[in-house]
Amino acid sequence: MKQFLSFIKKELYHITRDVRTMCMLLLMPVAQLMIFGFAITTEINNIPFVVLDKSQTIQSQQLIERFNGSKYFNLKRYFSEVSDIENSFRRGEAKLAIVIPAGFADDLYHSGNTDIQLIADASNPNEASTVTNYAQQIIFQYQQQQIANVDRVPYTLEGQVKMLYNPQLKSAYNFVPGIMGLVLMLICAMMTSISIVREKEQGTMEILLVSPLRPISIVLAKAVPYLLISIIDIISILVLSVYVLDVPIAGNLVLLLFLCTIFTLSTLSLGLLISSVTKTQQTAMMISGMGLMLPTLLLSGLIFPVENMPLPLRIVSNLLPVTWFITAVKDVMIKGLGLYSILKECLILIGMTAFLLLVSVRMFKNRL
Amino acid sequence: MKILKFLLQKEFIQVFRNKTMLRMIFMMPVLQLMLLPWAATFEQKNILLSVIDNDHSPVSEKLVEKVIASGYFKLADYSSSYNQAIKSIEKNQADLILEIPRNFESDFIRDQKAEVMLSVNAVNGQKAGLGASYMAQILASYNQEMKGQVITNSPITIQSYYKYNKEMNYRNFMVPGILVMLLSIIGGAMSALNIVKEKEDGTIEQINVSPVPEYIFIIAKVIPFWVIGMFILTAGICLAWLIYGLFPAGNLLVIYLFAFFYLLAFTGFGLIISNYSSTQQQAMFVVFFAMIIFFLLSGLYTPISSMPSWAQKVTLLNPVRYFIDVMRLVYMKGSTLRDIFPQLSVIVGFAIFLNLGAIVSYKKTN
Repeated sequence: MKQFLSFIKKELYHITRDVRTMCMLLLMPVAQLMIFGFAITTEINNIPFVVLDKSQTIQSQQLIERFNGSKYFNLKRYFSEVSDIENSFRRGEAKLAIVIPAGFADDLYHSGNTDIQLIADASNPNEASTVTNYAQQIIFQYQQQQIANVDRVPYTLEGQVKMLYNPQLKSAYNFVPGIMGLVLMLICAMMTSISIVREKEQGTMEILLVSPLRPISIVLAKAVPYLLISIIDIISILVLSVYVLDVPIAGNLVLLLFLCTIFTLSTLSLGLLISSVTKTQQTAMMISGMGLMLPTLLLSGLIFPVENMPLPLRIVSNLLPVTWFITAVKDVMIKGLGLYSILKECLILIGMTAFLLLVSVRMFKNRL
Repeated sequence: MKILKFLLQKEFIQVFRNKTMLRMIFMMPVLQLMLLPWAATFEQKNILLSVIDNDHSPVSEKLVEKVIASGYFKLADYSSSYNQAIKSIEKNQADLILEIPRNFESDFIRDQKAEVMLSVNAVNGQKAGLGASYMAQILASYNQEMKGQVITNSPITIQSYYKYNKEMNYRNFMVPGILVMLLSIIGGAMSALNIVKEKEDGTIEQINVSPVPEYIFIIAKVIPFWVIGMFILTAGICLAWLIYGLFPAGNLLVIYLFAFFYLLAFTGFGLIISNYSSTQQQAMFVVFFAMIIFFLLSGLYTPISSMPSWAQKVTLLNPVRYFIDVMRLVYMKGSTLRDIFPQLSVIVGFAIFLNLGAIVSYKKTN
């Protein structure tokens, strides 16, 4: 035990001496949280649009003003030729073009029938359909205001909406648990995967292996400092999310920390597994970087909803410990549920950890 | 010139000697291009619905039927009480509770005014907002239907045209962006690890004592990754064509020209990191840190125009942003060299600046 402790101490020295990496490890979660919390929004607003106004009347001006005045749209330019619209789309300057016909105001009041064309850049289909929806709403409101004979509609069925857990619909509520998963994954799996293979590459592993410590203790001792760093990271993420992003911790803090610990152990064992099957740092990093980072970003439900992925990807998603972790963190932190409701996730994470550890110890021995 | 040739020979031998590395370089694009576009979709279908029908009348049943028939919602269960329904939300078996009050039918038919209660799991705010707005649309059209006559006076007819992606396929939008992600990872990460590996292995000393000028050394490092990057780009374009039937609407040469400078910029960036790092671990970490920020602020996942203005300014310093923009423009809209000239000049600037940086920072370690 004493040997083990002094080995941990040695590893700690190694890491703290490398100030740059330390800073990275401690700053990265903060930076990510801030970017996700403040810069990344899945909302769509400030859509740049252009106008081809053939009527040039007060009415058409009013309509355009309505667009420009809403938070969704931002007027870029007026055009006089249809071909200009195409050009501005090709430069990526506008996402929507509104074409108002000549005689717009006349038609509106006298014949009671006029056409407005909305041309949307549908290269991003989601954005395009949201944009046209907003535009239709604005035109509809304008029309209601212009033609003031809207009689009260009989039969009104209204929906009273209650937004549970996140009444202001802030995206941070969704992102904070995801970032916790991402950061822990990165630090624990990536860093441990490299740290062991590094000794192999530099030939110092042999020296360690002839030391009186058992290989498994050597490996564990390497993991401990990263465990400590990730605990600091978790605390800083939680503090920031509560005090800066206003995402409260609704559930039990102890339970949340317990969950983080289980997950950290699973990612550490994943890192160990990578480390025992690779020979060079480069391959270890490629595997942990591309094999873990990208799936974590894309398949865990952090950015894209898992339910709508095709079955094979949903299976992959379920094989990632991080998916279970994120679900459980949301349950505890945001919904404020207790241990009972995350029992399944906890058991799966523990099972995965045991399996990964077993395999990596096995693989590790084979290489001696 | 002769020195450069020898150095290049050495670099290529080193790259091709590492078989695992090579395999990864070629497998990665294939796998990612096959998998990622399927994952990357924001579309929301099948929002799970728990219904509490306290009225059990033909009118309430018809409403539920209509909600399900809309295609956005999937009936998860009928609950007998709010408490029971909230349990399914807690267990993630439902996203939205639709509660129909007692006397719904009589309120609606006799008083022509009724209410239903919606409780939405709003942990994911975007999903919740969508669910609520789908529901509002359905309720509005139910009102219209009950009124039995469509007399809403609407003098303005709105004609919507969707350009460039008529089938509204999200993959057409994501695939060009994912190609950029691949190139950046390969170009940036591999070059970042390169010089520092020589440092760690001790082989850099030999270069340092040899009469090789710094710029030749850096050029010899840049070229192999640039060649590999171009190869990956070609493979990626072919794969996107084979798997998804996607081919640039514009000129392929525009993409290659842009990629030429983009890769130079990114390998230069990787080499700067490599020069300043003392271990491969450190280099890798910095690269991934930078990469995550680059990708998140690139417009790949969320539109840049929706970001707050400070973040939009930050994206101007992000080379990834320009390439993603250009790829999408050329792939989907067939933009020409003249259309993308602003982006091109920025990336040329990046390439010059970053490679000069690589040369200068290499000198420092000498």
